[in-house]
Amino acid sequence: MEGTLGDFRVSLKTRPRYIIEDKCTGCTTCVTYCPVQYPDAFNQEISDNKAVHVFFSQAIPLVAYIDDSCLKLKENKCDICSGVCQTGAIDFRQTVQKTDINVGAIILSSGITPFDPSVKDEYGYKRMKNVVTSMDYERLLSSTGPFEGQVLRSSDKARPKKIAWIQCVGSRRVTPGDNSYCSGVCCTYTQKQVILTKHHYEDAECTIFHNDIRSFGKDFERYFQRAEALPGVEFIRSYASVEREIPDSGNVVVRYATTDAGVKSQEFDMVVLSVGLNPPKAYKEISQIFGIALNSHGFCQTESTNPIQTNRPGIFVSGAFQGPTDIPESVFTASGASSQIGELLDYRRGKLARERIYPMERDVSGEVPRIGVFVCHCGANISSVVNVPSTVDYVRTLPNVVYAKEQIFSCATNSAKEITDLAKQKGLNRVVIAACSPRTLEPLFRDTLREAGLNQYYLDMANIREQCSWVHAKQKDEATQKAKDIVRMSVARASFLEPLLEFDLPVNKAALVVGGGIAGMTCALSIAGQGHEVHLVEKAKDLGGMARRIHSTLEGLDVQTYLDNLIQQVYRNPLIHVSHEAAIKRVEGYLGNFTTTIETEGRVKQIQHGASVLAIGADVYTPTEYLYGENERVFTHIDLGQQLALGNQTILGAESLVMIQCVGCRNEDNNYCSRVCCGHAVKNSLKLKEKNPDMRIYILFRDMRTYGFREDAYRQAAELGVQFIRYTPEDPPVAQAVTEGGREMIRVVVADPILGQRLELDADILSLAAAVIPSASVHEIAAHFKVTLSPDNFFKEAHVKLKPVEFATDGVFLCGTAHYPKHIPESINQAYGAAGRVLTLLSRDTVVASGSVARVTENDCVSCGACITACTYDAIEFYDTPKGKKARVNPILCKGDGLCNAKCPTNAIILKHFTDDALLHQIDAAITKEVRTNEYRS
Amino acid sequence: MGNDVLPKEVIQQFSDNLISKKREGKNFGDVMVVGGGVSGIQASLDLATAGFKVYLVEKGPSIGGHMAQLDKTFPTNDCSM
Repeated sequence: MEGTLGDFRVSLKTRPRYIIEDKCTGCTTCVTYCPVQYPDAFNQEISDNKAVHVFFSQAIPLVAYIDDSCLKLKENKCDICSGVCQTGAIDFRQTVQKTDINVGAIILSSGITPFDPSVKDEYGYKRMKNVVTSMDYERLLSSTGPFEGQVLRSSDKARPKKIAWIQCVGSRRVTPGDNSYCSGVCCTYTQKQVILTKHHYEDAECTIFHNDIRSFGKDFERYFQRAEALPGVEFIRSYASVEREIPDSGNVVVRYATTDAGVKSQEFDMVVLSVGLNPPKAYKEISQIFGIALNSHGFCQTESTNPIQTNRPGIFVSGAFQGPTDIPESVFTASGASSQIGELLDYRRGKLARERIYPMERDVSGEVPRIGVFVCHCGANISSVVNVPSTVDYVRTLPNVVYAKEQIFSCATNSAKEITDLAKQKGLNRVVIAACSPRTLEPLFRDTLREAGLNQYYLDMANIREQCSWVHAKQKDEATQKAKDIVRMSVARASFLEPLLEFDLPVNKAALVVGGGIAGMTCALSIAGQGHEVHLVEKAKDLGGMARRIHSTLEGLDVQTYLDNLIQQVYRNPLIHVSHEAAIKRVEGYLGNFTTTIETEGRVKQIQHGASVLAIGADVYTPTEYLYGENERVFTHIDLGQQLALGNQTILGAESLVMIQCVGCRNEDNNYCSRVCCGHAVKNSLKLKEKNPDMRIYILFRDMRTYGFREDAYRQAAELGVQFIRYTPEDPPVAQAVTEGGREMIRVVVADPILGQRLELDADILSLAAAVIPSASVHEIAAHFKVTLSPDNFFKEAHVKLKPVEFATDGVFLCGTAHYPKHIPESINQAYGAAGRVLTLLSRDTVVASGSVARVTENDCVSCGACITACTYDAIEFYDTPKGKKARVNPILCKGDGLCNAKCPTNAIILKHFTDDALLHQIDAAITKEVRTNEYRS
Repeated sequence: MGNDVLPKEVIQQFSDNLISKKREGKNFGDVMVVGGGVSGIQASLDLATAGFKVYLVEKGPSIGGHMAQLDKTFPTNDCSM
């Protein structure tokens, strides 16, 4: 790679697949005939695949490739695949292709490599057959895995009953070959594997050898409780090692030690190593090629003020190459990188992108239904169970069906083209695809119809995969009969489908950001940086939010200087309009067209905007425990940080200081972890040790949750003599104010699990890790914007993994601690992420509203209001007509969920695309085996 | 942000020239995304939706990354695929 921001030139080498991608249909006939068995990389080499194969059944592109084990490539023998391929897609003449590509910016989303435990003999991996990694175990659990979802041992293909997990393999260890950091995901993925194992096999016995349980993410604490409560599941807090393999049984002995029972050995049928996350395998090459700096662990070097930016302008980093992280962070840092690139390259937006042009839509409303049916094999997913040719023959006998055909993969590009061509050629005006669930592929097939010049609502999908072949794998005849029934029903409905119009709504190009903390300001700046007006609404007098009270981060950021700079940037930006002391009064409208009424500094103001971002932050719990508010020697960690920044000599001169973690959370009232407090405690203790190395510091904790690179700081604190003492919620510390020998202090009594006795710690200062709690205004804001809350009253995102910065309510986004407690760099990541998602909306001129919406037949409406109560989107309102009040559906707000028409007592509401007529005929077809021609509308 | 690196006008003039020269060339895009896992896929989708031409580069035979190998995701046990 060479060049600079705006003009990078990258040379790529593409290895040959030896398959012509455009010709391959993914039918896998070649795979059947290929004689070479080779370990399957996708299945962690637990089972074999062929030299020619499709990487995995849902691969994109869904075409085969030939790997190095091929006999033709190695010895110029064989060539069977070329002979059996019906489309002539095999091409052994392919060579490495060099391509030069010119781009304006680059995102490095190179991900991670799972830690390889075979680098260390002690883990027994590869040496012992029944020691597997967690990645291997993922494949074993999967229905597309080596044993089709059965967990079996490699040694004897028997099902393991007693399974052990060993945590922190490759993580939190300073020994050579291991990583010193915490990988952050292993605790929770192990809990997942335990839950899934117990779901597979009720009698499984699962033992987890762990250090701290790091359930620091949203809803993780409850997830841990769920795993722990399962019968036959035991969490043992102990370092554990793989001792030996028992020769005859292949069982594995694990050695561990607990404070109660001392050193013990236990035999297991299988041992799972919970491996951590390493940087991408090629991290050195990536660094060299792109000229970016790495940190000491081999991940990308970034600044906490913008973890998405590398040291090289125009090159960004998203996902786990920033540092070990989970899926939601990988998703929103991707959106964040997209937003930052938008800031740099806004001037060329839309210049290279091509718009799709569809043929004119043919008016077929006057025609008799002419239905074409395409029955998909889905590789072998359907055809190995359902007799597809017989289904096609049957379908041809159905009324209104003028054409029927089988396809190997209806979703493949060439199949879609075939459907388009045949629709034109045969004069089809309705299409039924008998394949999978419409959830994933309906948009694709609707697009296929548009290409054929048909209205896209003339499509129906008959689900003969999820609802047939996948659930009746062992009853082939019955499954074929059921597939015929399902298709017959679909055909019956298709006859009644009507063309519907989707309409374009203009998008107001401005955004509203609620909350002027770091998240809100960062998001506002990134949106404004792409030429959009932003209205930033802050409830307080000044911008800054919670960060006003934080002075440094563990990474060494001077928060106040950073914050002042950020605030100045906001005020200087002509596109950002800040409202102070503002309260939201009313929110009306919908995606692309909101009107929000606010009251700011005594005035009422209306704001028009296309998108809303809720970044209202969080509050700090005011402890009622441990003498807080009663004794001036008791602080919260945030107070303590502030006092340290002010140079409070009483604190800096203290002989002894105690911190108590988990105050106000991880309990019944707040059943979650506040995520940031362990980091704060370590940060404050390091600051204190720096100023006063002789100070005795005790941190009383339940689990230290210094995930990621924070683990290094935790270790450093321990090395500097900070004492970490674990306590349990059943036996929490007790604090008491005492005066002894004229010295006033707080006496903290805590049980020491290692010494097995009570410790009395006399502290000059007591600091409490007060929980992060949801903002006091969260309910009110949620009601205004019609968004929902999680069980712990933080905002609930649309999808915990894949849509982490948007709400289920269209056009409303979230970021920062209003989503869940998080560190400043994480809030910044997420704020850019929200900006990126906002831009996918604001950069468009219009949004499309679905045609499948409800409509009221006014004459039949009796104004009972049942529909209005039923609607969860406030899409229905009464309005005055000469005949009195009548209900009216706002088609933009309507989601077509069918709640209102089901409630309407007079059938005055029709749900388009799901009319009673169509559905009743579909149901009739289910029970009428002998379908008489002409029964359908003709 | 990186806006400070070069004056915007300079970049614009520079790149406008470049675009007019190479717009017809097939290997000219706005952004290259290196790595087709969940993060690379999301970045590509967002950029394309926001009006940029993207090259997504993946070393393996399929996009999907490690997430494609996972069975389910925590804490909802949703299907990973």
